[in-house]
Amino acid sequence: MDPSRKRKLRLVVALGAALILAGALIYTSFSASTEASTPSEVVASAEPGRSYELTGKVAKDSVKRDDDRLRFVIADRDGAGSVPVAYAGVVPDPFREGREVIVSGEMKSGTFVAERDSLVTKCPSKFTKEKTASIGG
Amino acid sequence: MAGVGSACLFAGLLTALYAAAASLYGARSGRREVVVSGRRAIYCLAGLMVGATAVLQSAFLRSDFSYALVAEGSSTDTPTFYKATAMWATQDGSLLLWALLLSVFSSTVLFLTRRSLREIAPYATAVLAVVAGFFLLLMVGWENPFGTLASPPAEGSGLNPLLRHPAMMIHPPMLYTGYVGFAIPFAFAVGALITRNTGADWIRATRKFALVARTFLGTGIMLGALWSYTELGWGGYWAWDPVENASLMPWLFGTAFLHSIMVQEKRGMLKVWNVFLIIGTFVLALLGTFLVRSGILDSIHAFGASTIGVQFLVFIALVIVGSTALVISRLPHLRSEARLDSLLSREAFFLLNNLVLVGLCLVIFWGTFFPLISEAITGTEASVGPPWFNRLTTPLALVLALLMGIGPVVAWRRITPAGLRRALMWPVLATALVLVALLALTSSAERPLAQLMFCLVAFVLAVVVQEFWRGAAARRTISGDPWPRALSRLVARNRRRYGGYLAHAGLVVLFLGVAGSSAFLDQRDVRISPGERFTSGGYSITYLRPTATLGADRAGTGAPITLGAVLRARDKNGKTFLLRPSRNFYPTQDGSKGAIGRFFEGEATSEVDVRWGLRRDVWTAVRPDISALDGPIREANAKFGDASGDVQAVVIAAIVERYRRHAPPATFRAIVSPLVSWIWIGAGIVVLGALIAAWPSPEARLRRARSLYAARLGRDLRAEAS
Amino acid sequence: MEYAAALIVLLCLVAFVVVWPLLRGEGSPAPDEGAREELEAAKEAKYREIRDAELDLQMGKLSSTDHRAIDRELRGEAIEILQRLDELERVTPGR
Repeated sequence: MDPSRKRKLRLVVALGAALILAGALIYTSFSASTEASTPSEVVASAEPGRSYELTGKVAKDSVKRDDDRLRFVIADRDGAGSVPVAYAGVVPDPFREGREVIVSGEMKSGTFVAERDSLVTKCPSKFTKEKTASIGG
Repeated sequence: MAGVGSACLFAGLLTALYAAAASLYGARSGRREVVVSGRRAIYCLAGLMVGATAVLQSAFLRSDFSYALVAEGSSTDTPTFYKATAMWATQDGSLLLWALLLSVFSSTVLFLTRRSLREIAPYATAVLAVVAGFFLLLMVGWENPFGTLASPPAEGSGLNPLLRHPAMMIHPPMLYTGYVGFAIPFAFAVGALITRNTGADWIRATRKFALVARTFLGTGIMLGALWSYTELGWGGYWAWDPVENASLMPWLFGTAFLHSIMVQEKRGMLKVWNVFLIIGTFVLALLGTFLVRSGILDSIHAFGASTIGVQFLVFIALVIVGSTALVISRLPHLRSEARLDSLLSREAFFLLNNLVLVGLCLVIFWGTFFPLISEAITGTEASVGPPWFNRLTTPLALVLALLMGIGPVVAWRRITPAGLRRALMWPVLATALVLVALLALTSSAERPLAQLMFCLVAFVLAVVVQEFWRGAAARRTISGDPWPRALSRLVARNRRRYGGYLAHAGLVVLFLGVAGSSAFLDQRDVRISPGERFTSGGYSITYLRPTATLGADRAGTGAPITLGAVLRARDKNGKTFLLRPSRNFYPTQDGSKGAIGRFFEGEATSEVDVRWGLRRDVWTAVRPDISALDGPIREANAKFGDASGDVQAVVIAAIVERYRRHAPPATFRAIVSPLVSWIWIGAGIVVLGALIAAWPSPEARLRRARSLYAARLGRDLRAEAS
Repeated sequence: MEYAAALIVLLCLVAFVVVWPLLRGEGSPAPDEGAREELEAAKEAKYREIRDAELDLQMGKLSSTDHRAIDRELRGEAIEILQRLDELERVTPGR
């Protein structure tokens, strides 16, 4: 095979590999992603069995510990809507009422049942986010 | 003094503008003295930044709360070490750190190249001055670290307790040294493009900066991971958080750059690719700084949007557009001087390595910015989590490990298949042995990917050992030195190559740690009372007793109240050791919690206790349940709310003692992760390798080698002439 | 007030340092010294390449035919650099 043809072949192979990677990227990310929602959105239009990522502020005086479950209410940033949350798992250090949090889970009869260890609290110093996600694939 | 600080900043801005203008004018008009003037302006800028930093640091150390920044980030009871390092925990302070590092590094490189690179240096100066000017503009216009408060508070808010960890305090300067370090090769690349001087000169002058920058960046990333592991309550070291990814991406590009510039130096190839890489690295470094500062991704719905996000974005866009236009206009000068002869060549493997690194970066970029991408495409914001990242990066990491094994044995231009076979025979054999051992002695077959990584690690290490061995053997046949001396002379005369091999070895050891700990960890969350026990990862862990102390925080962070537990762990052989995880409670300034209650309702941090080990770590964290103390705290608030500090201290001591005597069940997390320590050890080896590669050769040895070669070359010259 | 005073003082200092070379005029070293440093660096790099190729041969990575070809090419380039350095010496004599 003469050199220029070899080079063209290599280019084709490289481009092909890149396309495959890009395809894998796009396909897996759209199918494995969780949608971000606010409390009012989730109360209004959540589909049962579908996983959502709920973001908002922890409402004042709403945090209760119920044996090993944590119960609290998340409200919209502007306070418009809110939804009660039932959470099990490790609670990040900065978690407190009035702080902004993200938690993943699904709606079950009016309560947002959270995935274990999925609670994330925004660190107030604006420096980094606190996570309790589990490691490993 | 705050006025002096602000004046330093504004003067710095004007100086930077002058430096840019003078360098450009001097370069275009050919008037050298104007160029020199521009260079001296950069020296002045460094001086001004040092002055401004000194003013700010002295304010922190004196706890001068008339400075808004000091009031926000420090307090009288913050330990001195954390007072000194609190500056870069704030947005404004970290901008100043950027400007300081940039001006000092620029001064250094311009001083070192003051006699060479006559054509390129002025343009590089202008670029560096413009970047510095941008950061100064941000500070002068929007985020002045020297803002003062009309009525200074008596006490500051204190450094966020989560950041009171030595690793977290060195982490920002390390990262910034990395980011800023890449600005130097970027500036010289732009200068080289403008002057059409696209040989390897700009690379040679700035390679050390790129290597040092990349090493500091890597160390900073590792420190962040270490902090996450030892300070946060979740026991992991990497969460694919946008902030973490933001620092990893320039590292990947920078590593690709360091490899591919070798190809340009040796063969004059990949010129376009190299400028693309360094521009990309610098843009990613700016993006990294921007991501942490702007809140655009930290929040899905703009948690804490900052005031400088838009400016950063504009600047980054300008850099991208400007650089791309420049590269396109200079494409004819960036043509390769040679072609790829064979796929079995070092050039080809470097190119492959580059592709994998850039691919990794792309994956991480996509995942990090996915919320914005999905919003743009589908209208709804969605995000991907660690499982997605792990799934896509693992195969690329495996390929990278494979390349690190084969690459070093391949020669420049071409190696014959027979040569390759001979070179790889022993390493492959060694790997096969390792695989057999793994299958026979461990249960690693349960996780095939991890097992594959273990085999690749063995492969790379075998290759590296072989390289050292054969190289030293080759030296011995010439010089007849004994082994140790041959080895040390080998490394000393080929620092870059053998430093690089060592760095590869370190990196795969790191991969070993990651694979082992993520595939085989055992995590247990339990809620137990004193006396009860549980098992995790082959250890039987008993909750012996609770602990409660005042002002005796082991980690030296200044926490007043510490509640914790003593655990006894027993392994399969009956050996026991104690673990003492605890939780520090810091007071809040919020008066609504009550005078006593505020000591329990402020920030709280997990002080984990880890038993480090080469084979596995036992990591524990505790979350004491203080809800049982609510009643006594309420009573105390009512009765002693107005009492003196001493009385309140006694009351708090009593409440804390109550916890110790009647502790309710506490929540524990115990993680047994195999091989985690090798992550840190591997990172250390990488740094060692980088040090060796970057170490300047002593002059004398060089001169001797030079004269030997010159003599030989002279002889050849004469022979050819006759 | 403190700000304005400090600003004026600082700008004066900077101006002094920065204007000094302008007043002195063409006081910088001969332009060819820059070229010499660059050539020296290129020479070092070329020598390193020759050494690397030899090491590769000794370690068995390069076949001797390949090494001969590469070595000849590299030495040719090194000679070129040495010649350019010699020319520079002739143009700016005396060291």
